[in-house]
Amino acid sequence: MAFIPHTREDVESMLAAIGVSSIEQLFDEIPANLRLAALAGVPEALTEMEVGRLMTERARLDGRPLCFIGAGAYEHHIPAAVWAIATRGEFYSAYTPYQAEASQGTLQLLYEYQTMMASLTGMQASNASLYDGASAMGEACLMAVRANRKSHSNRILVPTTVHPHYRRTAKAVAGNQGLIFEELPYCTEEGCIPVGSLARYDGQDITALVIQQPNFFGRLEDVDALCDWAHARDILVVAVVNPTSLALLKPPGEWGAQSANQGVNQGADIAVGEGQPLGVPLSSGGPYFGFMATRLEHIRQMPGRIVGRTLDAAGRSGFTLTLQAREQHIRRAKATSNICTNQGLLVTAATVYLSLMGPVGLERVAAASHARARELVDALTRVPGVRRLFRGPVFHEEAIALDRPAAPVLEKLAARGIVGGFDLAEHYPELGPALLVCATETKTSADIDRYASALAECLREARAA
Amino acid sequence: MSNVPSDLKYTKTHEWLRTLPDGTLEVGITDHAQHALGDLVFVEVPEVGRKLSVGEPFAVVESVKAASDVYSPVAGEVTAGNAALGSEPEAINSDAYGKGWLMRLRPSAGGAAPSLLSAAEYEKLIAEEGD
Repeated sequence: MAFIPHTREDVESMLAAIGVSSIEQLFDEIPANLRLAALAGVPEALTEMEVGRLMTERARLDGRPLCFIGAGAYEHHIPAAVWAIATRGEFYSAYTPYQAEASQGTLQLLYEYQTMMASLTGMQASNASLYDGASAMGEACLMAVRANRKSHSNRILVPTTVHPHYRRTAKAVAGNQGLIFEELPYCTEEGCIPVGSLARYDGQDITALVIQQPNFFGRLEDVDALCDWAHARDILVVAVVNPTSLALLKPPGEWGAQSANQGVNQGADIAVGEGQPLGVPLSSGGPYFGFMATRLEHIRQMPGRIVGRTLDAAGRSGFTLTLQAREQHIRRAKATSNICTNQGLLVTAATVYLSLMGPVGLERVAAASHARARELVDALTRVPGVRRLFRGPVFHEEAIALDRPAAPVLEKLAARGIVGGFDLAEHYPELGPALLVCATETKTSADIDRYASALAECLREARAA
Repeated sequence: MSNVPSDLKYTKTHEWLRTLPDGTLEVGITDHAQHALGDLVFVEVPEVGRKLSVGEPFAVVESVKAASDVYSPVAGEVTAGNAALGSEPEAINSDAYGKGWLMRLRPSAGGAAPSLLSAAEYEKLIAEEGD
């Protein structure tokens, strides 16, 4: 799509048409004391050349460390074709165009994306993405409140095994809209929610239960039992899932008992997560994208855009935005969400990534990541002073306990060019010194050996000090 | 010209009310409103037992071009929601005052409804709005 700037003549003729002498005059009604002449603390503008040089120098400071940190963002191999295609001029925009149907290629891409995400999550419908996994969880909680008409409490149960940043973001997004987030404790031996601990909520009005799978510790929750417990009590289930893991694990749409013979609904009601593992490189916090999918019965409560396939007047197949009546440009303040811009460019990359991988390729990535993570933790726990923190199955991430505080050890590892993991001390001090470590298909046995021997050295040094 | 039955009461926000023999009220949206919305594709009706105050949104009607709230004309407790509209929302387009009813409610004791319009007043209102 062409970018057509306004010439000075264009601007002048527009100003003349509305009877205003300058653009500045359009802002006259904003009182002078509310206007900033200059931004304090923001330095003078640099030239393109200067900015390029500054950023190159800063990037060099990061080095090229060997990364074993996951905790919500995961390093995967991205085939070169992904970004070669995603950055083509036809796709290179973060937004769906406002005259959406004029861009059939973009709409077809989103339609394919939605189809793949619905298939991956086992849900019936997907939107065209949200900002990121954390805000998607907040939106899912708001959606659950709208969708669960049998509950009036706005109480959302959120296990402490859900990513701490997600819990904080959900509170920031939805906490001022009357939602009450109640944290569920986890079992410190297994790193999971004990299903039996939910019994104390029996008979209470609860709107939704959030379940992260794999959970923040990388552990697999008993999603079937949790889902059945919730549905038997008219509680909606919000699944927070890692998209790569879905190539191996039961998708949220199939959670719950095998036989639905007691009238128990099968499957989570809303599935959300962070889309970054699907072709988006690690970058200091983003941009990433969130995904959201749901069952058909809740589709009208789902925020965001949905592309549908239809026939045009001549009977030809085409794509169109559908179910728009609840979006903000029509329903204003009562829209299902007012932060549902989609992360179009990242979704483009994810769509290309998923198309290139296919179901078999994605399963190989997931299986290789799982195998590497086991190899990693086996190697690290052979180091004296290191042990597995929890017992039970994991996907590609696991918590290990150290015999001394993790922060100084991580610093020593960083000096050796290794990002050793996520220090759990800040969010889970009750666990003692502990690291969350991750390996994906990008790590080789040599990488793992290098980390294990570096960790042994660092712990020895720390002990000697 | 819209159909405005003379035996019903109306609101400025285009709801109609019918008093049933048992004293409960049946509420829906007017023929004028369904016409303005166009083909309805989805309707959300309230659950039985929900307590409503005057002017509280109790239903959402969604057409291909807009989703609109429907407001309760009086305070009371919902005794029925028209579940049939779930699979047949177009009944509101074809029979706004019959099969297209949205809910029945029992008005609260002493809950006066001062702002209701007669059929003649409602006809005047929609004529002024530019039917």
